[in-house]
Amino acid sequence: MTVTLATATGGSTTSPAPAVRIRGLRKVYDGKAVLDGIDLDVAPGQLVALLGPSGTGKTTLLRLLAGFERPDAGELGVPLARTTVYQEPRLVPAHRVLRNVMLGQRGTAANRAAALASLAEVGLADKARSWPATLSGGEAQRVALARALVREPRLLLLDEPFAALDALTRLKMHDLVERLRRRHDPAIVMVTHDVDEALRLADRVVMLRDGHVSVDLLVDLPHPRAITDPHLLAHRRRLLAELGVDTPEATP
Amino acid sequence: MTTADVLVTPRFLGTRRRSRSWSLLTRASVPVALLVVWQAASATGLLDPQVLASPGSVVGALRELAESGQLADFLAASATRAAIGVSLGVVAGLVLGVLAGASALGEELIDPSMQMYRAVPFLALVPLLLSWFGVGETFKIVLIAVSAVAPMYAYTYLGVRGVDRKVVEAARGFGLRGFRLVWEVILPCARPNLLMALRICLSVSLTGLIAAEQIGTTEGIGYLVSLSQQYFRSDYMVLCILLYALLGVLIDTAIRFLEHVALPWRSGVAAR
Repeated sequence: MTVTLATATGGSTTSPAPAVRIRGLRKVYDGKAVLDGIDLDVAPGQLVALLGPSGTGKTTLLRLLAGFERPDAGELGVPLARTTVYQEPRLVPAHRVLRNVMLGQRGTAANRAAALASLAEVGLADKARSWPATLSGGEAQRVALARALVREPRLLLLDEPFAALDALTRLKMHDLVERLRRRHDPAIVMVTHDVDEALRLADRVVMLRDGHVSVDLLVDLPHPRAITDPHLLAHRRRLLAELGVDTPEATP
Repeated sequence: MTTADVLVTPRFLGTRRRSRSWSLLTRASVPVALLVVWQAASATGLLDPQVLASPGSVVGALRELAESGQLADFLAASATRAAIGVSLGVVAGLVLGVLAGASALGEELIDPSMQMYRAVPFLALVPLLLSWFGVGETFKIVLIAVSAVAPMYAYTYLGVRGVDRKVVEAARGFGLRGFRLVWEVILPCARPNLLMALRICLSVSLTGLIAAEQIGTTEGIGYLVSLSQQYFRSDYMVLCILLYALLGVLIDTAIRFLEHVALPWRSGVAAR
């Protein structure tokens, strides 16, 4: 069952060279094709939310883009400069915050300055000398964001980056992501379970089912978005219905 | 009014905080009590000096040894041997453990042999080492090193394997690989385990030191042990045991200090 709510599938070639090009991508685990011929282009600066229940291959797709897995078939084109933020902050506990942001970079003055600026962007300039274990969950995740952005990626991969945060912190992180996007403008592929998160942040929502793209929805609404926007609510009901969750009609 | 309506102050179910001085006193109480019993049994004649010398005569032996300057010489000899042997063993075990823990090829090449080596009690190697190196200083250092390699290897390997795979994967994502990945991420993350490896390794190699010093020595604590056995001096026998215990305590203190220095993020967290 493939429902295309709006046309934005692989073939869209109106934009310049895409930031991500996926053609016929296939990945098999234990004889089962988790991804079975995916075609997808992501435009530069576009934020694509990969939505859907567990086990539909969202994270597998992200890991393929990051290079942590090899495709069994198909073509993948990604920019050289790409970084990942995971569900867990994945900071090195034995290094202070600043050194974590600079992980794998040379300790030059320029790199230090860039790392400090990146920390300032996420509001953690005063935590540069702290140990990761002393940070709260939200702070650690902001450090992870700073670490990903300091490399000026053309593609930012987000693997459920806010799933482990409390609801309030998550909302603040959404604001932060919108702010950071305005400044850095990388293409972003974000895996999430959260329909509201996807609709709040994404330019486009993609759902996977049985190894194929089952929904490809352009969310052409200006940012920042009000959660009460009627267009957004209509999208929300359709996506939830697609996920098997019935929501009552809004009564005005 | 039924009991269901009665309000009571909740009984405190947590654990009480122990004061530092009280805890210190409790720690010291059992050793001190043993000492008192020992002294009392010796003084009343209940304990035959042939079986176990009195605390007083052990102190006398210590004074005798210190005054002749032999105590310092023997301690220095033992400590030097132990330091050289342990250093060699620790470095070898560390390198092999990191290679086996961090790379699949290293594991395949190193681990089977090391597991076999680990199964052999190092004391079984004494005759072989004697025939290779004679009874001199080389033999002693090699025996101590040999005793240190196996535990250092085993716990280093475990420690490196125990590093959070997700952090390592993230580091790979940021372009770290090979030596830099090991140096910048794996070793720092494994540091707590490496210190535990060192602790276990040092206590094992203390046994190596004793075994090495029992054979063909003219100085060192082990030499003192053989002497006291020859002349049947139970005061010296007890003194040697105490000296080894002291050496163990010194090693432990050194490691604790090292932990404090090498794991600053832990004390940082604890201070909060």
